[in-house]
Amino acid sequence: MQLVTNSIITPPNPAIMAERPVKIEARNVNVFYGDKHAIKDLSIDIPDRAVSAFIGPSGCGKSTFLRSINRMNDTIPSCRVTGDIVIDNKNIYDRDLDVVQLRARVGMVFQKPNPFPKSIFENVAYGPRIHGLVKDKTDLEETVVTSLKKAGLFEEVKDRMQHPGTGLSGGQQQRLCIARAIAVNPEVILMDEPCSALDPIATARIEELIDELKQNYCIVIVTHSMQQAARVSQLTAFFHLGNLVEFGDTNAMFTAPVEKRTQDYITGRFG
Amino acid sequence: MEQSAEAMQNASTVSSWAILALGVLAAVGGAAWVMSRISADFRARNTFERITSWVLLACSAVAILTTIGIVFSVMLETVRFFGKVSPIDFLFGLQWSPQTAMRADQVGSSGAFGIAPLVAGTMLITLIAMFVAGPIGLFAAIYMAEYASDRVRSIAKPLLEILAGIPTVVLGFFAALTVAPALRGWGESIGLTVASESALAAGLVMGMMIIPFVSSLSDDVINAVPQSLRDGSYAMGATKSETIKKVVLPAALPGIVSAFMLAISRAVGETMIVVMAAGLAANLTFNPLEAVTTFTVQIKTILVGDQEFDSAKTLAAFALGFVLFFFTLILNVIALRVVRKYREQYD
Repeated sequence: MQLVTNSIITPPNPAIMAERPVKIEARNVNVFYGDKHAIKDLSIDIPDRAVSAFIGPSGCGKSTFLRSINRMNDTIPSCRVTGDIVIDNKNIYDRDLDVVQLRARVGMVFQKPNPFPKSIFENVAYGPRIHGLVKDKTDLEETVVTSLKKAGLFEEVKDRMQHPGTGLSGGQQQRLCIARAIAVNPEVILMDEPCSALDPIATARIEELIDELKQNYCIVIVTHSMQQAARVSQLTAFFHLGNLVEFGDTNAMFTAPVEKRTQDYITGRFG
Repeated sequence: MEQSAEAMQNASTVSSWAILALGVLAAVGGAAWVMSRISADFRARNTFERITSWVLLACSAVAILTTIGIVFSVMLETVRFFGKVSPIDFLFGLQWSPQTAMRADQVGSSGAFGIAPLVAGTMLITLIAMFVAGPIGLFAAIYMAEYASDRVRSIAKPLLEILAGIPTVVLGFFAALTVAPALRGWGESIGLTVASESALAAGLVMGMMIIPFVSSLSDDVINAVPQSLRDGSYAMGATKSETIKKVVLPAALPGIVSAFMLAISRAVGETMIVVMAAGLAANLTFNPLEAVTTFTVQIKTILVGDQEFDSAKTLAAFALGFVLFFFTLILNVIALRVVRKYREQYD
């Protein structure tokens, strides 16, 4: 019980929570890498149709927790997760849960853009193809075009859909990866420092895009940049040494944090 | 006789003394020279760098010059051979029987030097070998790279590579004494005539031999595919086999192709297995159950025993060697080009 007192949860802005139902509900989540206790007894409610940002110093567990929301940690043999993460009333760590279906509903964008060494079209068509979401070729083309439009990339690539995706610039590649993720109609999009490999202009484009996408998706973003968290998110969670220190309304947290550690981190005294 | 033996003895005594004296002289001289060079502003480390680069250059030059020398000597003999036999007959002739009369009064055939049967035999055996080694090697590589746990991998991979260390002569008698008779037995039991030395037996065993070449190289290129691509695919909800089939293998394909190319050039140049298991008969056939012969077998057969060195028969060995060299060279060049293209892909 000692552990719970570690995490103080500021009551999020009632306005934000009222109009947005809770999408992801984590209860007493612990993550271990071998003997290392990476996430300690974490509980959090992440609302739908809003951007929630995870901030904190390196190694604080924010990426680890992000990766447990779509069970990407399953690919690491030494990793063990306990506790419950519930998405739409279904515990994703239930034994009967199909992880393939889960990842179709919870998309992910990585730190370094990782387009497949295929054409731009094939990159976006990848998900719809493997999940059998499209009936025929015209249907597939429509899905690809819609996804590229939503990711704000269509105008730039419409004349070179058959060119390799790896030939795009870094920012375009990242938007291609976002288009690829939304092509399977996910409900949640996880972003693991999506702008850390990009220049400021490309970063600004991605941030605009995130702002548009929050109309339709539950977005969780891990970021090292506190300015970015302040710009794009409605809710911010501060992680430190595997604990969730504080979670609440972004504006409130950046102006009047409850916890001393949060304040120290935000003002740049450590981390 | 005794005199000359004594002279020999004397000479060798003198020469051994001379060597000793020269050695001492060289050592003293060298030491003196070195001492004279040592001074406060002598930069020994820089000089050492320069000498090192020369020594290393000399070593690489030996390897390169040897290659060039071999190519030239083979080429010259090949040109001589084409003075006796027309290149058209050699490259497009359908009959191979290199027996020629050694002396003018001997009755013998004038020889036929058409390499078509050898090309057919070599291709047939290589094809069979690749049918064995291609899928098995590739699937073994996929298992090692993607599915095997670290512990299994650390044991299984060296074991697989031991297969590459088995001398081919051992594989050869395995082919000739175990596989070929077994094939003939099975063939007869279902009413097929199988020669006791068959292309199939040689090809199967050669396939076993080159599995490690395919698997080891493919394993390396599959491992070189960045983990981020796999993560990207898993995060889209792809299963492991979908990820391998649609992302990992296409990304690694150029490397896998070059692994196959290198395996083929190894199979084409392999000699012992085919000598022991494929036979000598130059049949122009694509039936894997018959005896066929290959370039390497014919080169070996022509040059074994006492031979005149300017007959068309002997010179034919060089021409065969040259064609073989040319063929493997082309394969290696293609493989290297493909690998280079592959390197550009992720950057």
